[in-house]
Amino acid sequence: MISRRQFLQATAAASMLASASGLGPLGRAAAQQRLSQADITRFDALGRLTILHVTDVHAQLMPLYFREPSVNLGVGDANGKPPHLTDKEFRAHFNIAAGSADAYALTSDDFVALARNYGRMGGMDRIATLIRSVRAERGDDNVLLLDGGDTWQGSWTSLKTNGQDMVDIQTALRIDAMTSHWEFTLGHERVKEIAEKAPFAFLAQNVRSLEWQEPVFEPRKIYERGGARVSVIGQALPRTAVANPRWMFPDWEFGIREDDIQKQVDESRAAGADVVVLLSHNGFDVDRKLASRVKGLDVILTAHTHDAMPGVLKVGDTILIASGSHGKFLSRLDLDIRDRKVSGYRYKLMPVFSDAIAPDPDMKALVEKIRAPFAADLSRELGRTESLLYRRGNFNGTFDDLICDAMLTERDAEISLSPGFRWGGTLVPGDAITFEAVANATAMTYPNCYRTEMTGEQLHAVLEDVADNIFHPDPYFQGGGDMVRVGGVGYTIDVSKPVNQRISGLTELKSGKPLDASRKYVVAGWASVNQNTEGPPIWDVVEKYLGRVKTVRLEPNTSVSVKGA
Amino acid sequence: MPTLLKQGSRREVLAAGGLAALAALLAPRMAFADEKAVEAELKKLYGDKKFETGRIKLDVPQIAENGLVVPINVEIESPMTADDYVKAVHVFADGNPQPGVVSYRFTPECGKAAAATRMRLAQTQNIVCVAEMSNGKLYSTKSEVKVTIGGCGG
Repeated sequence: MISRRQFLQATAAASMLASASGLGPLGRAAAQQRLSQADITRFDALGRLTILHVTDVHAQLMPLYFREPSVNLGVGDANGKPPHLTDKEFRAHFNIAAGSADAYALTSDDFVALARNYGRMGGMDRIATLIRSVRAERGDDNVLLLDGGDTWQGSWTSLKTNGQDMVDIQTALRIDAMTSHWEFTLGHERVKEIAEKAPFAFLAQNVRSLEWQEPVFEPRKIYERGGARVSVIGQALPRTAVANPRWMFPDWEFGIREDDIQKQVDESRAAGADVVVLLSHNGFDVDRKLASRVKGLDVILTAHTHDAMPGVLKVGDTILIASGSHGKFLSRLDLDIRDRKVSGYRYKLMPVFSDAIAPDPDMKALVEKIRAPFAADLSRELGRTESLLYRRGNFNGTFDDLICDAMLTERDAEISLSPGFRWGGTLVPGDAITFEAVANATAMTYPNCYRTEMTGEQLHAVLEDVADNIFHPDPYFQGGGDMVRVGGVGYTIDVSKPVNQRISGLTELKSGKPLDASRKYVVAGWASVNQNTEGPPIWDVVEKYLGRVKTVRLEPNTSVSVKGA
Repeated sequence: MPTLLKQGSRREVLAAGGLAALAALLAPRMAFADEKAVEAELKKLYGDKKFETGRIKLDVPQIAENGLVVPINVEIESPMTADDYVKAVHVFADGNPQPGVVSYRFTPECGKAAAATRMRLAQTQNIVCVAEMSNGKLYSTKSEVKVTIGGCGG
């Protein structure tokens, strides 16, 4: 007879072992360059219930390169803790060998060489294969498939079909439930229309009608799987109305609504739930704090901040999972339910290596059908890159440097601003820059590239405001996303300081002179949350610029100096 | 209310050329109240009497979704009987042009000392809430509300 305590220890030891060589035997196989689907799906099953989690796909139907951040700072309690580790520290923490498949999937250094070796990741037809394999192994009735949101936005096809392409994919994958963030930027009517018709649940306990404070969506749903009653509570991004244009959903309010989550948990238990899962789009640090304050959550499936961790993080009895983004990973969590309680778990972050996984034929056909009407646009070559083009990272990325340069040139501006989005693929040196690649970094419903005037003081205030959104020591005051990217200007940031004291040394790069607080500068930017913003869509601006320069070559960006990390 | 909201944000955009929220944050900075202005208001009401903590449940968002209409809910713990009830509740904002937001007066017949409204906040600031009891005791609490330019989500 094994006690529960011993069992948990054994499980923990097992997961330590699993992460000791990174993603299990994968690292060794990779070293011999013989990745197989079996290496990826291999799992020592536990109990009867399996939860699969995919999130922040950002409408990526096809395999792509996606470089994880080299700078991903944590502040306050999150400082130096996973997932706020990068490269060497990340590999040391999770026992990952440099140069291995897991190092390629999860860290950023040596990305170009490893990308050539290990290839693209993701692709909905590969995800479909993995899901099918787990369902075959465990039985349909024992598997719950959950989508953390940010699924309907991020590609040309999702923009052009108002998210219908991804709804069709989710339907074909037979997802059980999803929650939401960027979905809301399709506008309230469209979101309601899909949520009401879709064969899966659209769960969001924290969205209320502005005037009456009534729930807009179903807050939770109970599923009978693996012989257990599993309550899934949905949590949309609490900061949607601040992070995205509120006029697109003018009658809705969001917020964390911690007390209401507690109520949902308590009601779930009263309704006979054995397991309570928060399908969350809060972002990792918010969920880490929330787990310490809301009682009775067994699992939080995190999203929004695009973190990927090859192991769970436990806060009290709550298991936190971070499943990455862009279809790069599919999480599998097996739960052993005894006496109507979670008595053990086993977890694997399955990396979706597109070269190793056989595409599911049905899904492959669906993806081709979705893409066919847009084939000419998607494949149109706009230029080529000699540099690595990536976005993810707290302060800058070369893809945004390209977008900022395009705005400076095409909109004849002194300063350009590009939002710190975490979505958008990566291109390796030698790649063609297709319209699809540009759309993957820009496709959204408020793309207008404005041209306006701002004083040095105003720009300073913007940078301070955005910095506080990322580096506020209390995660409940953070909104997710990275620092706004700036073209034409450099600055120093001390992330340890409070609001309005972080940014200093604003310098105009061309002249090398400090920015004049009272002088007006011509500023171009895109993705303004204000209604009726005027200007061409950002993808047109980038296309025009690429038509001019043809070949992109970018030096490492040294215009932002970071202190206090 | 929703229609009003829409028009409000639209007017701002037209006025400020796409940087409305920013303009709202910066323009009236010189005319803002501060902590001292709130203290002065409290002194006018209650002289040098001391405030205790507790009893007040002040519910405001950590981050305002729309600075023009920030929801505020207050509830004071009290039996609300003839000899023990909440007489008044005052709400102040220390970063608005004028610190006073709203004052409520209660009688035992109210049954419950609770109120909800919306307020406009010009910038990130503290909301101060004080409650005056029928026995003369005073309670206070405060909560910061962040008003942000917005944009740039993950």
